[in-house]
Amino acid sequence: MFKKVLIANRGEIAVRIARACRELRVRAVAVYSDVDRASLHVRLADEAYPIGLAPSGESYLVIEKILGVARYAGCDAIHPGYGFLAENPALARACVDAGVTFIGPPAAAMEQLGSKTAARQIARDVGAPTVPGTLNPIKTVDEAAEIVRGIGFPVILKAVAGGGGKGMRSVASESELASAWRDATSEAQNAFGDARLYLEKYLERPRHIEIQVLADQHGHFVYLGERECSVQRRHQKVIEEAPSPIMTAELRKAMGEAAVKLARAGNYTNAGTVEFLVDAERNFYFLEMNTRLQVEHPVTEMVTSLDLVKLQMRIAAGEPLPFGQADIELRGHAVECRIYAEDPDNNFFPSPGKIIDCGVPTGPGIRLDEGIYAGWTVPNEYDPMLGKLVAWGGDREEALARMGRALAEYHASGIKTNVSLFRRILASSDFQKGAIYTRWLDDFLSAAPVAEGRNTEEESQAEQAAAIAALLWHASQTGGASASETRTFAESRWKTEGRREQVNREPQL
Amino acid sequence: MKLQIEIAGKKRQVELARANERAIWTIDGQRLEADAVAVSSGTYSILINGKSFEVRVESFGAELRAITAGRDFSVAIQDERGWRRNRGGSLEAEGRQQVLAPMPGKIVRVLVSAGDSVRAGQGLLVVEAMKMQNEIRAPKSGTIDRVRVVEGQTVNAGQVVVIVS
Repeated sequence: MFKKVLIANRGEIAVRIARACRELRVRAVAVYSDVDRASLHVRLADEAYPIGLAPSGESYLVIEKILGVARYAGCDAIHPGYGFLAENPALARACVDAGVTFIGPPAAAMEQLGSKTAARQIARDVGAPTVPGTLNPIKTVDEAAEIVRGIGFPVILKAVAGGGGKGMRSVASESELASAWRDATSEAQNAFGDARLYLEKYLERPRHIEIQVLADQHGHFVYLGERECSVQRRHQKVIEEAPSPIMTAELRKAMGEAAVKLARAGNYTNAGTVEFLVDAERNFYFLEMNTRLQVEHPVTEMVTSLDLVKLQMRIAAGEPLPFGQADIELRGHAVECRIYAEDPDNNFFPSPGKIIDCGVPTGPGIRLDEGIYAGWTVPNEYDPMLGKLVAWGGDREEALARMGRALAEYHASGIKTNVSLFRRILASSDFQKGAIYTRWLDDFLSAAPVAEGRNTEEESQAEQAAAIAALLWHASQTGGASASETRTFAESRWKTEGRREQVNREPQL
Repeated sequence: MKLQIEIAGKKRQVELARANERAIWTIDGQRLEADAVAVSSGTYSILINGKSFEVRVESFGAELRAITAGRDFSVAIQDERGWRRNRGGSLEAEGRQQVLAPMPGKIVRVLVSAGDSVRAGQGLLVVEAMKMQNEIRAPKSGTIDRVRVVEGQTVNAGQVVVIVS
């Protein structure tokens, strides 16, 4: 095993990797930009070094700076997390040159399987079904229009270098093509430094289901079941779960074997995810491969009892997989909510700022992977994801009930979060039935909100409680005599007397 | 202490008085025995006839919310100095409306200029924040009175970016 690992990332995933390092007794080295000096990943690391200004192009994306720290601190491996440099073959290659192990696939496999167009060619070669569309990047919007004439609208534009919904636009008709092309191109350029796009046919109401694969350096491949990621807002995953509500043992085996075949054909090693679209008839189509750890890896960890980050490190260190396909057993159900600093009541606009107070859910079956704390300021420069709330249950119903319970215990005040969105989703009968597809959430949100006709006694009491709290809050803000009026409750002699009477009424045992 | 509180669109008169060292709340003239304790900054534990409510009060600039039992109430409070209400500040006299930047960020595109007529919901400009491009839309149909920002400029949350009349 490695002695010291550099974590080339920030936020919750840097915290996640640091925790894995701790458990393996490997020293964790953090890097941070100017605005991340007080971030949690720096606080939890064994060592931490500055790498420049807040814009990621001047810090987290600069390979020379990352390798400079690795050399200076004497790191023997680099974990890229997800995002930033995780799928940039240049880092993997630079690591080889610098004699540092890259915890991920080799650069060549990343190039082959990570390029969406090249991966689709491999998928066709190994016989995995793919969605109709282009295999090569498109150069101009006119060329795109020409291709669409062949396959018909709706289509989806995607960044060749893309991921995470960035540089991606669905196009329903000819009139939307030019503006969608413009937006996707500029977003792709900003997010990945690569503006190239390709396009494919947009399937009606497909599900997004992905297979987690692991491959060691000794030719062993396994799949760890699937993750259902159909709840998305503008192509960004919002809720993920494992297993998928529609999965059968036969389909899991077929998709898992297709995923392994693809990974094997690309000479893949380490953890990777093969994404598929699945239609209403349970036909699956290869979408793309993510050559890295996924944001949503915890749901797989919860149902397999495996630690994917530690396995990534073991694989990179040359250890063989400690289990085979027959040993993989799925147990129970896990669901994950991605908590973002954004305002669900106002167009989901991002909401950076200082966190005043945090409510951290605990209790049975709950896991919270986050990179924040009360008093920390969420910077404006990075992705608004604060963390992931994960619930495990013996079955889907229990997992969802636990998630609902944990969401009520969660808050991050001072900024806006999308927690109320999850409450709405969990309360919807479509989601409860598992009747979801990739555009389900967009449809759900654009449908007129159902008027809340609840007018029970409990409801009106909740309103009264809110009114009382608002008054107390106002008093605490304005200070003075009004605040002292509220301070006497705890010491109230009447209450003390009442309690004494109650105690005396208790039966004598 | 007596305040007018507008909660979930309804105006209520809330009063806190003491009698024999008991806290007596009156809401719209109705007496209520409630036990309220501030458990942490902005969070209150409130017992009404034994029913337990944990209420979190959060303020964002002029906006005020009280969150409890899975409900998210918008709140406005009137004291001597007038209403402290949610989503205030954007309405101007005679239908002129200031469009505010909803978050700090950088103006990456300005899609309109003064004199343009716009429809409600039409994109006015694009603000980049937290690696996302966010389109700011017209709150109403009308004419662009002024564009107060230029491309490349950084803005703060609540800053006036466009005026529509």
